[in-house]
Amino acid sequence: MEASTLAITILWSLLFIYAMLGSLDFGAGFWGMIYGKDDRTNAGQIANRFLSPTWEVTNVFFVIFVVALVSFFPFATTMLSSLLLVPVGLGLLLLTIRTTFMVFANHANRYQNILRITSGITGLIIPALLVSMLPITLGGFVEFVDDYPQLLYGKLLAHPTLYMHIAFGLTTELFISAVFLMDYSKEAEDWSAYHTYRKHALWLGPISIAIAMLTIGTMPEEASWLVDNIEANPVWFGLSVGFFILGYASLYIKSKHGRKGLARLAMTFIIIQYGIAIYAYGLAHLPYLIYPDLTIADSFTDPSIFYKLLVVYAAGFAILVPAFILFWRLFLKDQRYLKQQ
Amino acid sequence: MDIVVMSRVLFGSSMGFHIIYATIGVGLPIMIILAEIMYWIKKDKDYALMARRWTKGFAILLAVSIASGTIVAVLLSLLFPNFMEIVGQVISLPFQLEIFAFLIEAVFMSIYLYAADRLPQGLRVLSIFFVAMGATASAILITDVHAWMNTPAGFEMTESGAIINVNVMEAFFNPSFVVTAIHVTLSAYMTVAFLVASIAAIRLMKRHISNEERAYHKKALMISLYFGAAMSLGTAINGHETAQMLHEQNPRKLAAAEGLFETTTYAPLSVGGYTSLEDGRVKYAIEIPYALSFLAGDRFDTEVIGLNEFPEELWPPLYVHILFNVMVGIGTLLIALSFLALFWKVVLKKDFPGWMLGLLVVGGPLSVIAIEAGWCFSCIGRQPWTITDVLPTADAATKSSSVSILLFTFLTLYVVLLFVTGFVMRYYFKRNPVEKDLAAQ
Repeated sequence: MEASTLAITILWSLLFIYAMLGSLDFGAGFWGMIYGKDDRTNAGQIANRFLSPTWEVTNVFFVIFVVALVSFFPFATTMLSSLLLVPVGLGLLLLTIRTTFMVFANHANRYQNILRITSGITGLIIPALLVSMLPITLGGFVEFVDDYPQLLYGKLLAHPTLYMHIAFGLTTELFISAVFLMDYSKEAEDWSAYHTYRKHALWLGPISIAIAMLTIGTMPEEASWLVDNIEANPVWFGLSVGFFILGYASLYIKSKHGRKGLARLAMTFIIIQYGIAIYAYGLAHLPYLIYPDLTIADSFTDPSIFYKLLVVYAAGFAILVPAFILFWRLFLKDQRYLKQQ
Repeated sequence: MDIVVMSRVLFGSSMGFHIIYATIGVGLPIMIILAEIMYWIKKDKDYALMARRWTKGFAILLAVSIASGTIVAVLLSLLFPNFMEIVGQVISLPFQLEIFAFLIEAVFMSIYLYAADRLPQGLRVLSIFFVAMGATASAILITDVHAWMNTPAGFEMTESGAIINVNVMEAFFNPSFVVTAIHVTLSAYMTVAFLVASIAAIRLMKRHISNEERAYHKKALMISLYFGAAMSLGTAINGHETAQMLHEQNPRKLAAAEGLFETTTYAPLSVGGYTSLEDGRVKYAIEIPYALSFLAGDRFDTEVIGLNEFPEELWPPLYVHILFNVMVGIGTLLIALSFLALFWKVVLKKDFPGWMLGLLVVGGPLSVIAIEAGWCFSCIGRQPWTITDVLPTADAATKSSSVSILLFTFLTLYVVLLFVTGFVMRYYFKRNPVEKDLAAQ
């Protein structure tokens, strides 16, 4: 494999990991806000119990992605930063409000409501904002003025594909987090929360997949290269839909206790569904980071340095494996944590 | 304001904001370890309570620290893309490593915060140890990039601006790395010690507190005084090495720090005053004869290079002399204060008088000011360069005019967050006062 292809594969994998963790994180924040005051279900408590120990780790994966992008593709920074200055800047602003208010909410009971609502809403917007960067890379929204790339905000804001991308981001975030929290509730043997999340997963699933398909249809003319590439690769996207159907069907299968839904199985299928879709989308996007001005090969760092960095990544993650296992046991498995009042 | 200045103001204020929380994030886990160790040795429950309460404060501040750290990390790429293009090619290693340090800190912080009661004592102390290690390692690694900007190494630049002959290790161990990393680490520890001392002193100045509470705060004050004294002394010794490093690696910055125009042997040290361009000297300063020469080279006849050896357009702004003095002045003051307080208590065996407590109260905020002045000195003193003698700041910054929108919104965010953090801290500790925790023991 070409070094730059390997680099973009790793970067794309980091994006996939962050997309999943971020969906859980921001989604849980949103559900925590919705059910925070609801006495009929423990859904809010379950969401917050998941969120408290994990948000920092999720946040690190965001930074990992940015650092990997800059170090693997240093020659992309100039163009990316000039195009993404405002959307990423606003994202950072919201992320800060979201993170701090979420933690503050746990320490200032009297103001918990307002803090949690602010954090929940900003948390909902962030993935929408992140996803809205995808259409920028498709082509047609960038103009060069004196050799300097400018984002055509007017054109972007008036284009339906932006809003479809945002809708796609939101429904995906909520669907993935609902299925995951269903599984988390099951682990905690909290059935009121389980049924709440199952109910939401049931309606969000079909909507999210329908919007994903419609989004491709709204892509601008300039993105025909990507649409062609996607259509040239029907097997992968078909497979992704197949795994969605399997995952969705698992929500209806009765477990041996007579309860509807096999949460763990559904979660697994849905992760595979998004994994396949993200890699297939990434493949269709090659070789461009931003069409037609920025390719992977143009922005890639020196291959020998890249391989050195790769060793660092491998060693770093290897050292962290025991820590992650301990983390998993303490917060995602330990009944004493899951069932506390 | 032009775009370069706006980018600098935005990034500078983001750093200025982040550094307050980051410093506490680096130093406080060490204080928590000290309290845990004291508890282990003395079996005195006050120390366990101390560790628990400091951890609560840490958890609140850590949220701001992590969020603002994320801002700084990403803003650097957004505002100075041409700088990051070179960083990506030459010195991305510390950033990569920092991520792992950050992960270790995040994972073990959650474990210490939310699983402490399910862990045996040894594992609990180990997890806060990992938090401290991760935080300090992060600080050292980020400082590495900062040091490399001051004393770049490990690459060559061609006429056309292409980067060749990259040597990752040489860049990593650039000439000022070790001395600067020690400086940042020790001064962060010192700052947190004085901040904790400040809070304890405020409490001790209150008249109507129970004997139990008084004893509790005295223990906290003593830990922070011992630790603060040691760290401030260490910072001073290291500060001397830093001056020598500047003398060798970056004489232009040392000359600006000291307001020295002419190259001189037996150079005096100017304390206070301001550097006047018209007069070509520092006005209203106290001059200590030969001291600068001695500071730079351990000999009175050391030749110290003056600003006139460099073209004027490459001088940093002359007010860096003031920033430098603020940093050194406060550092010296705090050494004196902590040693005096310890002498009073340990040798004379007397209680702290009110005036001394009062001084200790201002010690915390002063040490934060010193840290801010130090960072400002180091970054403004590097101007007009982003990477010394390689990349001028004007070329490093973005050309996107949208910076103005971000500048306004971020400044508002920082002001609001400073107030909200203060408010939440106050609210939380008012609702959970020491008396209550002591009574529950």
